[in-house]
Amino acid sequence: MAIFSKSPVPQFTVDVYQNAYLPEGGREVNAIATVTSTGGGTIGSAVSAPHLYAAGAGPSAAVAVMVDCSGSMDYPPTKMRGARDATAAAVDALRDGVHFAVIGGTHVATEVYPGDGRLAVASPQTRAQAKEALRKLSAGGGTAIGTWLRLADRLLATADVSIRHGILLTDGRNEHESPDALRASLDACAGRFTCDARGVGTDWEVKEVTGIASALLGTADIVADPAGLAADFTRMMEAAMGKEVADVSLRLWTPMGVEIVFVKQVAPTVEDLTARRTEAGPRAGDYPTGSWGDESRDYHICVRVPGAEIGQEMLAARVSLVVPAADGTAQTLSQGLVRAVWTDDMAASTSINPQVAHYTGQAELAQVIQQGLDARKLGDLDGATAKLGRAVQLAGASGNEDTARLLSKVVDVVDATTGTVRLKARVAEADEMTLETRSTKTVRVKK
Amino acid sequence: MHQPAALSTCPSCEWPLESGDLYCGACGYDLSAAPEPPRDHPTLAVNGRPGDAAAPPAAPADWPTAPGAAAEPDNGLGTVETQDAGDVRVRDSADERNGQHVHHQNQSHSQNQRPGQGQGQDGRLGHAGPSSPSVPSSPSGQTGPTGPTGQGLDGRQGLDGVRGVGDGRDVPGVRDGLDSRDGRDGRGGRDGWDGPAGAGPDDYPLPAPDPRATAPAAAPAPAKVCVACRAGSVAADGYCENCGHAQPRERDHMEQELDAVAAVSDRGLRHHRNEDAFAISSAALADGTPAAVAIVCDGVSSATRPDEASLAASRAASASLEAALVRGTHPQQAMHDAILAAGEAVNALADEPVPAREHHPHQNAPACTLVGAVVTGGLLVVGWVGDSRVYWVPVDRTGPAVRLTEDDSWAAQMVAAGLMSEAEAYADERAHAITGWLGADAYELEPHTASFKPDRAGVVVVCTDGLWNYAEAAEEMAAAVPADAAERPLHSAQVLVGHALDGGGHDNVTVAVLPFPAAPRGAGSA
Repeated sequence: MAIFSKSPVPQFTVDVYQNAYLPEGGREVNAIATVTSTGGGTIGSAVSAPHLYAAGAGPSAAVAVMVDCSGSMDYPPTKMRGARDATAAAVDALRDGVHFAVIGGTHVATEVYPGDGRLAVASPQTRAQAKEALRKLSAGGGTAIGTWLRLADRLLATADVSIRHGILLTDGRNEHESPDALRASLDACAGRFTCDARGVGTDWEVKEVTGIASALLGTADIVADPAGLAADFTRMMEAAMGKEVADVSLRLWTPMGVEIVFVKQVAPTVEDLTARRTEAGPRAGDYPTGSWGDESRDYHICVRVPGAEIGQEMLAARVSLVVPAADGTAQTLSQGLVRAVWTDDMAASTSINPQVAHYTGQAELAQVIQQGLDARKLGDLDGATAKLGRAVQLAGASGNEDTARLLSKVVDVVDATTGTVRLKARVAEADEMTLETRSTKTVRVKK
Repeated sequence: MHQPAALSTCPSCEWPLESGDLYCGACGYDLSAAPEPPRDHPTLAVNGRPGDAAAPPAAPADWPTAPGAAAEPDNGLGTVETQDAGDVRVRDSADERNGQHVHHQNQSHSQNQRPGQGQGQDGRLGHAGPSSPSVPSSPSGQTGPTGPTGQGLDGRQGLDGVRGVGDGRDVPGVRDGLDSRDGRDGRGGRDGWDGPAGAGPDDYPLPAPDPRATAPAAAPAPAKVCVACRAGSVAADGYCENCGHAQPRERDHMEQELDAVAAVSDRGLRHHRNEDAFAISSAALADGTPAAVAIVCDGVSSATRPDEASLAASRAASASLEAALVRGTHPQQAMHDAILAAGEAVNALADEPVPAREHHPHQNAPACTLVGAVVTGGLLVVGWVGDSRVYWVPVDRTGPAVRLTEDDSWAAQMVAAGLMSEAEAYADERAHAITGWLGADAYELEPHTASFKPDRAGVVVVCTDGLWNYAEAAEEMAAAVPADAAERPLHSAQVLVGHALDGGGHDNVTVAVLPFPAAPRGAGSA
């Protein structure tokens, strides 16, 4: 574990859970790396007590709030009102000294506050001005989310801060630019700021919103009822204010001849990072994890090692957390080891580490929910029943009660243990979208 | 001893080797741990052996047969007594000296011993063991070596000789330097190191620093090269920066030789670490006569941290024995106490916090077996818990070899209870489940001890099941022990480890060899 005196950098620990024993000929090594960061030991950590920070004393941060102002936001009008109130609540949650801007989004992006390509610095005065500006927000126009993100990126880049974060709210599909254009914007913004995405109502596309959050290493959720927006925005902003270190990467070093099968974040949500590797020196690669406050996340790492004789031991991977240092090198925050030991002890080599088993199940849970809902949309009711039945079984066995509850709104559970379910004849659209959006949420191993 | 050049292929992967290879180029197998070719070395001892000339009293042929050996007419071991926990207490001479009690299994007659007599006298006590009902024992106990040569504990000097050969720097060539330090005892057996293949330092590409100088120093050693791929350097955590392979650890292969005892321990071919441990020492009795002590422990793999358990137990038992013997405690009592001390040492491990890295699915208390032997001028005492064993192999092979311990194992219990034949019992997959061990989760520690008074010279083989699995019967063990074992204990231990590795090396292998009777220190040196 690394300990740094520089207070804004939290302490990181990496704990590796695995069964290192392989049978003769065994090649696949699975491990769960639990990464925990705890705010540098300073009282008044931004996480536990943001109010204790004097102005400018927290980690320097800039936040852009992107509010959908397309014409559909007026149907019903509560959506626009809810969005205004939510944005005002988020502005209220800004810590003094944090740079911020409010962007109105339609088929183009508009600076709502402060304007002129600048960021405001949070204070009682600027917060009041921002809320005043929000009153003038009105609905009208299309939706081109990529333009919102690019404007947010330009504005956030004007401040010399360590944490850059966006909050994006949409109520409809990204109809006024091509999927490719959105993809290009996400690629351009990835690694420059993190972004939470929210869909309000039920007319938006789940995969668009989750795709934005995934690409920009933030959270995605549904706020079906606009009245719930303000509370959700406040939570999001508080979480953003709690971030203490940005651009943290999970670095995986693997010996010669070791292939990486996958690298997934598995808690608090499932996020496959395998394809997001950037090379970082010989046999090492970095996987982005975004910014960290006081939190703990789990990663499932699966590698394939060359076969070896019984009695051999090798290091299958070194897992470390790194942040870029000022001089361009990477600072290692903490490190854990994934090992492989070949044994002829069948009892040792056949046992599955409980953490690995649990998260393998959680990842499958997310996958079968997605597949089940996709099958249902395509009219494949047998397929949907089978997949969602399996999901009910997995959610029940692993104690993922939230997901089990969401599933029970889409299927009638006959027997959770065996995964026997019937599709509900009528499912509220909000329930289905909630299940889909939250399908990647996982729970940790039951104690 | 092993001569890398003598091997034409890697014992692990059959890769063809070149002369002077320290490690297999293909799999990284540590060739210094390779089984020795089962032939003797032409190099002969330069100096006389302790038993050859300078110690005529110990001349093997002169050891008369103990009359008490009638029950086992041929083994010449003259069992004095065996003892188990919970036995009846009787006083014996040792008690009188020490004001302590000794537990005896068989409450037979207890003769007074003349005060002040050496340990060799104990053999005359003739506490009848089950196999020697009416022993007026032989006087041979007194004929043991009585050389007044320095019997101090300076045998510890030899501890420097304990070393792992596999850390990538300790090449066999080092041994020459090490051994020559100790030239005063001039053991012929050492010459086995200097085989004709020329294991000189020049033959090895790596520097051969004196381990005494480098081991304790925290100075940054030159980057070690991986033994497996020979391309990467070894990181601080012990894994290769290139291929990731774990590097040989100190305990993968250990050897130690003292005056009258030698031991070798090897990881074997199928286990990733060595969970066996040994401790040997050249002790002295209260009267200054020599004694040799060997303790061998086998960590229980299904328990947590078995390697630490075996190390702690062997050290604690050895230290306890050494201290007790020099105080004049009867060796059998000393062995009993040593096993209890070892048990406490292992129990203490269970209270320690487990290192974070060791996320073992089933945490349970560290545990190990223990077997030990004390050899004096006239007495052989063994003690054990678990399934590690002691064998007696006479120098004159016309006499029978004998196993001196009874396993605490499922198979042994089945056989003892008459429920299965030995063949059936050992064929069962439960055969090796042990019923006694040292560790916090053992029900009740019951040390077994036994005393013998051999009437002839021989060697005592103290070993873990990693060896006896490949030489279970006493005759098989005797066949595996070199003929000159009494003169070259280290060489014999190496040969026996090689025997196990040749057989497959499925478990860690540890063996200690003690010539009987214990020779006075330096008796054979020029």
